[in-house]
Amino acid sequence: MIADLPLWLSIVVSVFVVLGALLTMAGCFGLVRLPNFYLRIHAPTMGTSMGGGLILLASALYFTITRDRLVLHEMVIFFFVTITTPVTLMLLARASLFRDRVEGNDGVPKRPTPTPETDA
Amino acid sequence: MSVEILHWSLLAAQFLLALAMLAATYRMIIGPRAQDRILALDALYVVALLLLVTLGIRTNSQVYFELAMLIGLLGFVGTVALAKFLLRGEVIE
Repeated sequence: MIADLPLWLSIVVSVFVVLGALLTMAGCFGLVRLPNFYLRIHAPTMGTSMGGGLILLASALYFTITRDRLVLHEMVIFFFVTITTPVTLMLLARASLFRDRVEGNDGVPKRPTPTPETDA
Repeated sequence: MSVEILHWSLLAAQFLLALAMLAATYRMIIGPRAQDRILALDALYVVALLLLVTLGIRTNSQVYFELAMLIGLLGFVGTVALAKFLLRGEVIE
C-alpha cells in the first residue's frame, strides 16, 4: 500500500469491499442453510452479482486513483462472471431436473406431456 | 490514518470471504448429491476470485488481477463440463 492515500478513497474502498464480502458470505451461508437443491442454487448468485460487483468496483476505483489513469480491467471480470453464471446455473438446474425425473423423485414438476398432432 | 482504515477493512473482508469459502467447502463435502457439490465448487471458485482481488488491493499490485481472470475463465469451463457430465454421462460426445 502507498503512504499518501486520500482519506475519502480509503473510506469508499473500505465500504465497498466490506459490503461485497458480507453479501458473498451471506450467499455462501445460504448455500449451507437452505433445505433443497433448487433453493440452494439461488444463494451463491448474491456473491457473483452484487458482492463481486462491489469488490471489483472498489478495486477499479482504487487503481484508477492511485495509478492516475483509468483502470477498467476489473469490469471485464465482472461482465464475464455476470454473463456466464446464468448459463452454468441453468445448465446445472436442468441436469438436476433430468436426474430427479429419471429417478422419479417427488417434488419436481412432471415432464410435460406432448400435445397430440392435429393433422393426423 | 487512511492506510490503517484500508488495512483493517481489507482484513475484515478477507476474513468474511474465508468464512464464505469454508461454508462452500462444507456444502461440497456433505452435499447430498452430485449437483450440490458442483454448485458449491462453482461458488468456491467465485469467492476465491474475489479473495484474490482483495489481495491485489492490499499488495497494490495488478498481478492478482490476471490470476483472478484465469480463475473466472476456468471456473466457467469446469462447471459447464461437470453439468454436461451430469446431463449426458459424457463430457465430449
